[in-house]
Amino acid sequence: MSDLRDLYQEVILDHNRSPRNFGPLEGADLQADGHNPLCGDQLSIAVKVEDGVLTDVRFEGSGCAISKASASLMTEGVKGKSLDEARAIFEQFHRLVTDQEAPVDPSLGKLAVFAGVRDYPARVKCAILAWHTLRAAVDDNHDIVSTE
Amino acid sequence: MTGVAGTKTTHSAHVLDETRIREQFPILSSTVGDRPLVYLDNAATTQKPRVVLDTLSRYYAAENANIHRGVYQLSQAATEAYEGARAKVARFLHASDPSEIVFTRNATEGINLVAQTFGRSTVGAGDEVVISTMEHHSNIVPWQLLCEEKGAVLKVVPISDRGELDLDELDALLGPRTKLVSIVHMSNSLGTVNPVREVVERAHARNVPVLVDGSQAAYHMKVDVQALGCDFYVVTGHKLYGPTGIGALYGRRTLLDAMPPYQGGGDMISSVTFEKTTYNEVPHKFEAGTPHIAGAIGLGAAVDFIASVGFGPIVAHERRLLEYATNALTAVPGLRLIGTAPQKASILSFVLDDVHAHDIGTIVDTEGVAIRTGHHCTQPVMDRFGVPATARASLAMYNTADDIDRLVGALTKVREVFG
Repeated sequence: MSDLRDLYQEVILDHNRSPRNFGPLEGADLQADGHNPLCGDQLSIAVKVEDGVLTDVRFEGSGCAISKASASLMTEGVKGKSLDEARAIFEQFHRLVTDQEAPVDPSLGKLAVFAGVRDYPARVKCAILAWHTLRAAVDDNHDIVSTE
Repeated sequence: MTGVAGTKTTHSAHVLDETRIREQFPILSSTVGDRPLVYLDNAATTQKPRVVLDTLSRYYAAENANIHRGVYQLSQAATEAYEGARAKVARFLHASDPSEIVFTRNATEGINLVAQTFGRSTVGAGDEVVISTMEHHSNIVPWQLLCEEKGAVLKVVPISDRGELDLDELDALLGPRTKLVSIVHMSNSLGTVNPVREVVERAHARNVPVLVDGSQAAYHMKVDVQALGCDFYVVTGHKLYGPTGIGALYGRRTLLDAMPPYQGGGDMISSVTFEKTTYNEVPHKFEAGTPHIAGAIGLGAAVDFIASVGFGPIVAHERRLLEYATNALTAVPGLRLIGTAPQKASILSFVLDDVHAHDIGTIVDTEGVAIRTGHHCTQPVMDRFGVPATARASLAMYNTADDIDRLVGALTKVREVFG
């Protein structure tokens, strides 16, 4: 087992304590709910889209430090991106937290702090929940997303 | 296994010898990374003593044959071992006769069996089934399915802030349409031990039968189904220091006789033609197909093991340990116990400030301490206490004060990480 600090990096703890873009989004164009039945994590992602660009992204809900920080950093990471760019970041992030061998993609920026999750397979679902939920929102899929 | 294995006969028959008990569980000497394993997730499943492992191995190596079929000696020996295990489980639960014990996959299947047989033949539109807020999902969903199918109503007895069943509300909910009360003996997320005898008396006063979910209770305390007076009692083998995939349902003989079969197949019939099939007698009527023979025999060995240690020493040991753990955990800054009923056993569910249970679970795991985190298949309990999840340490006969110290030590690491 690797060092706990690799998992609970300062940036993650900070976003857990003070999540960014947290709260309701007035006039959201798209929205989706996600939950992780095993942990009881529940969150909802709301976005505004103009000309194919995510002009605002906010989230609400409760969960563990990993899922909350992941949602918070995701909102920062995709705001201002096009839908296609957001989908591409999703794929990179997915590789980051699941593929033990993959090199960390420098274009992920701050999101790279989640690389430690790959050593904790039980926690991958926590890190990925917000992303699955975002994808459901932008793909206009309003079924509740479950990581189970 | 000798008759008094694990008890310190030189001092007192009621003192459990921790070292001798622990030696019998091979997994307890394993490590997680470089830390010795501290296993505190017994409410999910207990570890297995060597005698159970040896019994399973011996059965497959030397006694394996299908049962109730062959005329050859090996099959007869396997049949005797399987039926012998039924008699052991009957003795363990203090049933009046082995025919009142039906082997199942687990406690969940026991409850579903009753819902699908007794329930479907007894519960009709507008009838009611009574459960409580502290039920495991396995004692909620089978009744929801039944009520949905029949147009019946599920009634829920509330619990107090300490996690106690509200008996006055139970009385209020029992009515002319109540067909069954199904209640947990000991809560898996709160530790509460319910006054089952009183529940049964109140229900029986209105001619309502009672099913008791004994998944948690049966490895912490002596269960006497006749003294409790209940009509059904379900247990699961893997929480009785036995194998997974095997459980048992106790049913009062008169009820079992009147119930329709559960699943159709071999072994549950006495004769089959395309015009008419007659069913075998109980308990075989409820055991279609080749059962988990090895599992049943392993469960027999497990309940014999528990009996050889004795509930006197087990209860005394776990009570002392629960008190020790309760004091140690409440001394942890920011820790709050969920489930503080005066009548409770062997389970410590807690939350720690605003740290999510899942983060606690990961961090203490790095110290070799295995606890459960989440809703413990009791989401209504989490809702009742307004928490998304709890961390849960649950004790078994082989746990020690040292295990608790290791848990408390690991919790200080949670503080270090989260500040």
